[in-house]
Amino acid sequence: MKLEGKRLIWQEYQKEIADDHYFYARSCIRQTFFPGAEAVFVKILKEELGKDIHDEKHHTSCTGIGYHSDVVPFDTTMTVVARQFALMTEAGYENYAASCVTSFGLYTEILDTWHHFPETEAKIREFLFKATGREFNKPKNLAHASDIVYKFRHQIAGKAKYKLVDKDTGEPLKVVEHIGCHYSKMFPHKGIGGAEYPYVLSGMIEAWGGEVIDYPERRHCCGFGFRQYLVQANRGFSLSCSKKKFDSMEPYEPDMIITNCPGCPMFLDRWQYALSEMEGKTYGKGKNGIPVFTYEEVAGLIMGYDPWEIGLQVHQVPAEPLLEKIGIPYDPDRKFKGKNGEDLGMPESPSYLKFYADK
Amino acid sequence: MEKKARQFGYTITRDRQIDYDANKHDISKIVAAAEPSLNLCISCGTCSATCSAALFTDFSLRHVILLLRRGETSGLAKEVAKCMLCGKCQLVCPRNVSTRNLIIQISKAVIPAQL
Repeated sequence: MKLEGKRLIWQEYQKEIADDHYFYARSCIRQTFFPGAEAVFVKILKEELGKDIHDEKHHTSCTGIGYHSDVVPFDTTMTVVARQFALMTEAGYENYAASCVTSFGLYTEILDTWHHFPETEAKIREFLFKATGREFNKPKNLAHASDIVYKFRHQIAGKAKYKLVDKDTGEPLKVVEHIGCHYSKMFPHKGIGGAEYPYVLSGMIEAWGGEVIDYPERRHCCGFGFRQYLVQANRGFSLSCSKKKFDSMEPYEPDMIITNCPGCPMFLDRWQYALSEMEGKTYGKGKNGIPVFTYEEVAGLIMGYDPWEIGLQVHQVPAEPLLEKIGIPYDPDRKFKGKNGEDLGMPESPSYLKFYADK
Repeated sequence: MEKKARQFGYTITRDRQIDYDANKHDISKIVAAAEPSLNLCISCGTCSATCSAALFTDFSLRHVILLLRRGETSGLAKEVAKCMLCGKCQLVCPRNVSTRNLIIQISKAVIPAQL
């Protein structure tokens, strides 16, 4: 990857990220898709970095999926988001940290709308007050959770037990970074590095010892696209987008994919199963796939957290080959055991994609 | 595999990306060398609008030239076989492209390769 030009662009797109005291808004789908990711984020910020983060129990969905699927009107969405801001104000915080890329994009869009149309903001304030009796201050700082991990990436690297390096050869792992479209494609100045060459995940990968792969379809959407997925008959569009990305990255033989969006890791992970079943095609060496992670999971891994504690057992493409490559120990017998040791049951093995080490 | 795809309820949409680097441009060069007026074509479509064969088939010389220039030559033999060589396109072409000879040269270039 030629970095000179990209570094110039990255310098133009820098944003202010609050240093401490975050109001954390979780994602409605991430806790189902990758249940350990948000817990790792909170743990790292609280326990490793000593930051103050308020994990709000009463916030709702931002309605982003409904909004982008044209089933929730914008006024409703803005009022729901205004309630989230009211919860932040009531909790005494000013720095809003969104776990979800679509939520982050939506908050950015709403704040920009209110900036250009103050009368809309006044209307929404009235809606919220009439509906809930609440009032709110707008956040002084709005960041996506990956912005915060990016800000502290060197501190995390300083505390890390492992690096994104092949333990046998000492070579950096080849990492594909995939940024959610709503992170910076709508408002490039709100993302670190802008829309064309976002640096938020590249910065983490470099700080943690890996090598970023620059492949032709790097900025292509993963295919989630809400309406592409919500209607079953349309899912071929979603699958085809992911296929285009996999075909493009395959020649570079990536060791792993890191994402910062709720939908991207879900689809880049699960579609590898669908593609293997439909076409008998896998994108890793042998019959392996390319393991897909959220940035929090990767941060947790290099910090030395137990892979099963951070939820890697729910990945469709198994993480074990990568764990072995880095040299992270894991207990295969505990993979499908719950918190208290109860048996969660083992999933059926796919027809083509390698899921269990012995097959 | 197709049965599997049906079970999913959706299939993969094939990519329509035009890969200029991977496409075959040698046929375009051979034809242009044999009939240099190919280079005068501005893809206006007058030829297709007046085409007799197009009344009965989906033949379009404009489309044939487009595919030839893109290097997407795999279906050209079948396309040019639809032409009756009546020459009406040559009468109306605003750029004086020798369209009849162009069709003949494309046939010569692609048919041996595709037989």
